Amino acid sequence: MEQKLLQINNISVVYSDVIQVLKGVSLSVEKGQIVSLLGSNGAGKTTTLKAISGLLKPENGMVTEGAIVYKGLPMHNKSPEEITRHGIIQVLEGRQPFKYLSIEENLRVGTATRAGKPYQEDLDKVYKYFPQLSNMRKKLAGYCSGGELQMLVIGRGLMAHPELLMLDEPSLGLAPILVREIFDIIRRINEDEGTTIILVEQNAKMALKIATYGYVMENGKIVMEGPAEEVRENPDIKEFYLGMSVSGDAKSYDEVKSYRRRKRWL
Amino acid sequence: MDFFMQLLIGGLSVGFVYGLSAMGFVMIFKSSSVLNFAHGELLALGGYFFLIFITIVKLPVILAFIFTLLACFITGILIERVFLRSLIGEKLIFVIMLTVGLAAMFKGLLLLIFGGNLYTYPDFLPAAMGIQLGVVQVPPVYVATFGIGIFFLVLFGLFFKFSSQGIYMRSVADNQRASLSLGVNVRRVFALSWAIAALVAGMSGVVLGIINGVNVHDLSALGLKVFPVIILGGLDSIGGAIVGGLIIGILETFTGGYISPSLRDVIPYIILVFILLVKPYGLFGLKEIERV
Ligand SMILES: Nc1ncnc2c1ncn2[C@@H]1O[C@H](COP(=O)(O)OP(=O)(O)OP(=O)(O)O)[C@@H](O)[C@H]1O
Ligand SMILES: [Mg+2]
Repeated sequence: MEQKLLQINNISVVYSDVIQVLKGVSLSVEKGQIVSLLGSNGAGKTTTLKAISGLLKPENGMVTEGAIVYKGLPMHNKSPEEITRHGIIQVLEGRQPFKYLSIEENLRVGTATRAGKPYQEDLDKVYKYFPQLSNMRKKLAGYCSGGELQMLVIGRGLMAHPELLMLDEPSLGLAPILVREIFDIIRRINEDEGTTIILVEQNAKMALKIATYGYVMENGKIVMEGPAEEVRENPDIKEFYLGMSVSGDAKSYDEVKSYRRRKRWL
Repeated sequence: MDFFMQLLIGGLSVGFVYGLSAMGFVMIFKSSSVLNFAHGELLALGGYFFLIFITIVKLPVILAFIFTLLACFITGILIERVFLRSLIGEKLIFVIMLTVGLAAMFKGLLLLIFGGNLYTYPDFLPAAMGIQLGVVQVPPVYVATFGIGIFFLVLFGLFFKFSSQGIYMRSVADNQRASLSLGVNVRRVFALSWAIAALVAGMSGVVLGIINGVNVHDLSALGLKVFPVIILGGLDSIGGAIVGGLIIGILETFTGGYISPSLRDVIPYIILVFILLVKPYGLFGLKEIERV
């Protein structure tokens, strides 16, 4: 029997004491899975990740109800310092490099959870997954391209030996060929390192290809969940996220959008 | 020509001290965006710690100096732990106001204990430390200043470039949220920046104390020199702090030497204003890297 690595029970998240963003979100992640969390802009995907990683706190957000349990331990409202030391690492949305640090120095920051321990092997491992990075170790991250940066921030997360790696929209703004490359690497990390992955994406098509399980969020709630194939075949998902009518043709943007206004799973 | 060289060396040496102390100020600003208005008092604290260790405890010079640095380092950590940590998450302006309060507190304490008198350290630098540069005699205190200054500059350079803790500190200055996401202990980084800042400020206090004597008002006023220095060098550039310090130091001594001692505190600032008109971010202010 597979063991539940992460269990989120009915959490509500409130920012600045008044702005409620999550309204009773539950989800669970089993060890070794790739779980995809989908949803349109503002649905609360990033907020869900921040609730898990503890990054809500510096933004004045709080889990006001429910529980986040990781390996049997309560994690809600703990500090990011503590949570990262349990092996939960969030790779932030929008690629946030340390601009004035070189590629290799950026990667070294990933060792913060085990400062003082050797890290050379981890560097080699990251360069194995992302050979492009190894040719520019001394280059300032601020001068790297979007694709290079995405590789850098995933690699930086890997340096922390994550057991649960949470990737927030890694495909954002990348060319299709790069998206495929990045997703392929995510799959390899999952298979070779045994890293459990939560993948937040707008690109539902790609995400559901590599995921084992999928959740869909709308307005701070989970509105659908199931094994990835099922979510992929769901007619609503096809309409909204894959831009296809049930017959499989690409739909015009207008049609999808008007449909979207009518029905939002609520 | 002798006179010129004399002034140049004096200016460079004092400027170096300004630069080092400004470096501490810049570090706090870079890591936590706090402007530390208690900088001058940290400088004064260093001067008095050394006074205590050398004239009251009567430690050998080297030991007294090391203990002074240690005491300053610990003071820095305590300031962060006791006063600033409770303000985490509050608006920046409160933190900055708190440093104004700290300045008043330290100054009051020092005045209470030592009064407004001018103390001098015993003359401990051996005359043999002076160097003959051609026709110019470089006094021991300047030689010591350069020695200490370069030592610490190299030390911190290596620390920030190669040590993990140094890299974490730079990462927090660069992107605090990303640092948090990787588990960087941001509070420790803040504490360490205050500790290092207090250490370099204290060290500058000792050196300035050797040159001018130790007095609460004088030393805390010298600490205010940090503002022109960093405005000139760029608020967020450590290298800029050093160069800014050197420039202010030279401007001061040359004004004092060639024009009039009473103008030495004025002319440099007039020049400063003109430089800022041309380069509003200071000479070395970081330009935001735009691509990404
Ligand atoms: N710090 C904050 N304070 C107040 N409201 C916030 C904060 N962060 C996010 N929100 C709000 O919470 C809602 C959900 O935001 P979140 O970033 O979680 O959405 P998302 O699903 O990640 O969207 P996207 O796909 O655009 O990244 C939005 O309405 C947003 O305005
Ligand atoms: Mg988001």
